[in-house]
Amino acid sequence: MKLRSALMGAAAFTALASAAWAERGADGHVNVLYWQAPSILNPYLSSGTKDVESASLILEGMAGFNEKGEVFARLAESVPTVENGGVSADLTQITWKLKSGLLWSDGTPVTSADAAFTYEYCKHPEGGCAQAARYEGIKSIETPDDLTVIITFDAPKPNPYQAFVGGTSPIIQKAQFQNCLGAAASTCTDQNFGPIGTGPFRVTEFKTNDTVSLEANPNYRDATKPAFATMTIKGGGDAEAAARAVMETGEFDYAWNTQINPDLQAQMIAAGKGTLLNGFGTLVERIEMNMTDPSPDLPEGERSTPKHPHPFLSDIRVRKALSMAIDRQVLVDVGYGNAGRATCNLVPAPELYASDNTDCLQQDMEGAKALLDEAGWTDSDGDGVRDKDGKKLSVLYQTSTNPVRQDFQALIKGWWNEVGVEVELKNIDASVYFGGDAGSPDTFQKFYADVEMYANNFDGTDPEPYLAQYLCDKIPGPDNQWQGENINRFCDPAYDALVKELATTADMAKRGEIAKKLNDMLTKDSYTVVALVDRGRLSAASNTLGGVVLNTWDTELWNAQDWFRVK
Amino acid sequence: MRDTAGTQAKPVRMERPRSQWRDVWDQFKTHKGALVGMTVLALLVAFVVIGPFVWHEEKLTTTQTYLNKNKPPSLTYPLGTDHLGRDFFLRMMEGGRVSIAVGLVAMTISIFIGTTVGMLSGFFKRLDGPLMRLTDLFLSLPLLPLLLVMVMLFRDALARIFGPELGTFVLIVIAIGVTSWMPAARIVRGEVLALKEREFVLAARSLGTPNRRLILRHVLPNVVSPVMVAATLDIASAIITESALSFLGLGFPPDFPTWGRLLFDGLSYMQQYPERVIWPGLAISLTVLAVNYIGDGLRDALDPRIRGR
Repeated sequence: MKLRSALMGAAAFTALASAAWAERGADGHVNVLYWQAPSILNPYLSSGTKDVESASLILEGMAGFNEKGEVFARLAESVPTVENGGVSADLTQITWKLKSGLLWSDGTPVTSADAAFTYEYCKHPEGGCAQAARYEGIKSIETPDDLTVIITFDAPKPNPYQAFVGGTSPIIQKAQFQNCLGAAASTCTDQNFGPIGTGPFRVTEFKTNDTVSLEANPNYRDATKPAFATMTIKGGGDAEAAARAVMETGEFDYAWNTQINPDLQAQMIAAGKGTLLNGFGTLVERIEMNMTDPSPDLPEGERSTPKHPHPFLSDIRVRKALSMAIDRQVLVDVGYGNAGRATCNLVPAPELYASDNTDCLQQDMEGAKALLDEAGWTDSDGDGVRDKDGKKLSVLYQTSTNPVRQDFQALIKGWWNEVGVEVELKNIDASVYFGGDAGSPDTFQKFYADVEMYANNFDGTDPEPYLAQYLCDKIPGPDNQWQGENINRFCDPAYDALVKELATTADMAKRGEIAKKLNDMLTKDSYTVVALVDRGRLSAASNTLGGVVLNTWDTELWNAQDWFRVK
Repeated sequence: MRDTAGTQAKPVRMERPRSQWRDVWDQFKTHKGALVGMTVLALLVAFVVIGPFVWHEEKLTTTQTYLNKNKPPSLTYPLGTDHLGRDFFLRMMEGGRVSIAVGLVAMTISIFIGTTVGMLSGFFKRLDGPLMRLTDLFLSLPLLPLLLVMVMLFRDALARIFGPELGTFVLIVIAIGVTSWMPAARIVRGEVLALKEREFVLAARSLGTPNRRLILRHVLPNVVSPVMVAATLDIASAIITESALSFLGLGFPPDFPTWGRLLFDGLSYMQQYPERVIWPGLAISLTVLAVNYIGDGLRDALDPRIRGR
């Protein structure tokens, strides 16, 4: 008896101990499903989310973003700021210090030379680096010693957390990649398929567009992590099948990007095998108002250019009325369920930059009708469509082909019809619509319609480049091959001045204030951009997988080292 | 001298001559499948053409409609409502109008082109080579990219002439018709090649029958049967192609339901609401099947060797 209870006690103690002091590789195997299969494990040669995210298990940067959008140190000792002296007062220099004693998964030490090499690798003019934007504006990178990296910028950089921060700009090993510079980059198959990294896992086998097999990195800097000894990332299928594999059959522990319709979400949650995780980033589904005249009667080259202001959308009362007639919560319920929330903001997050603009959330049909009456649009011939000076209030509303967008079109058309606006719908194949071909009349940049709907977001946590898209000189037109980003053809000198001010402001609180003001100028002050739904990310995690935190600011696998098996 | 006695002779009672079409109809009537098919097609056409006038949905605002979403079948909504609260019965009627019209018109175009090309290349040796190479050319064209280009080039122009909906209709039926006539052409050519060596054609030719009459009177009626079969299959593929186009956003405006679009829209809800796939699918299948049987009956009725047996 005594022996037995002692044994039981010992067993219980071991169980407790393993929970308290987790051991590397103690939790066996974990299955991850990326329905778009990874095709390369070098994020510098692919901008695909699936590739960047699977590579982030192996390769790491100096720092990363956490689920709140804050920068936290990975390979760096700490995050450099102006306060701790890591960022120079004039904002032109940032100094990163590597943790000492870091090893690559092959056992060699990580040095500042690797970081400098990474910069060289991505900036090589023949390399076709997919993440070149993260290294833009860098004048030089110096490495005074093995652990210090000093980045000097061309001009003051209020947001210096670009290079070496986040899953899109990790540090690669110089020894492995030194023969892969420039044109040779894509020919280095072994390196691109099996990079040596510092992350919690290392590759054991890589089958392109199918499976990545990984095992715990024996040289990972935290000796107790990761809890899983091996991991498989499997590709294939679609979002619905992926959600089912986690939520209903339980074959997988984690599935990425499981955007499914709200009815299906409810049904899968009811199955009880997993949870749908949602996280909100900056992706906003919006209606863009065309401030210029898209009429086909105008000669080609003048359609939708600032030469001809829009006949009725240039009146703010019409734009506001159109926005007031929309019930955003209904749109969320129809299209996204858990993965969406109603918003009036172009910049809905991070908190520092999000304006408290909520007055559009309440639908106001009567108000919209009154506003249109006030603007002089009345139904004088009794056909249900408002008119003014013999011109009907009729809009062409275009978007890409996508079941949710077509549902939105149907609902919004219904509401607009009720306030007396005639609506013609048009949907365009996404590859054409977003294709950017200057020869096609159907791209979203050409905007040969009165209003159009799509979603857009900004990379990282800083909205400055995103808000700078609405400058007067970024209007797409025939002179720049229709490549501008100012889709609405919005032009306000006061806005341009404020964007300039933002570019020279370093104080975070002040930056937030200016960004909010810019956001309001585009949304509630002018109704140029009518935001509809803040679209989150939706991923599925099994109930037996612990430690998962969905992060919309960095890769979804950002904390895979902390994942464990719930027992 | 004229014989006047004839005028006094009793008139001979003669059977009224039976018209050929009457014979065809008599033969057609004996084909049970064809009769059933015709009834079903007539009912479907009545459903989609007269239906929307008889069936009036109560007027609701968009928000009220939305609150009615996902209703099961009831007296007010015989087929329930969809995920936006729209009456599915009404959408089936409206969708069928477009689908049936597209199917029939596109089939007519493609059969007309196919028969003409096949007949000319089978009958006139000199045209055979060029026309058949043209057919090969069309067969090797990838359909969807071609349609994409056609839609991009002509949609706005046609929309300006006919309005957005009719313009799309014209474009789609022409696009489908122009890209689906090749099998019919090949079938007709093969038949014509065999027929023109037959004795009755030789006989007609030796009597000095001109080519035009030879084709219309002697050859064409004899190739009707394979053409009928090809035509019925064409209707089905036209309906499906239209839905694929709408799905890609190249077809009708999105608020314009067609059976194909309803089918595709229903796919994402197939697990929870299978009826949203079943109804449009059933409607498409019924139409195709009905047309197939009618074609079968017509073939028998038009074939003088079977008729009267």
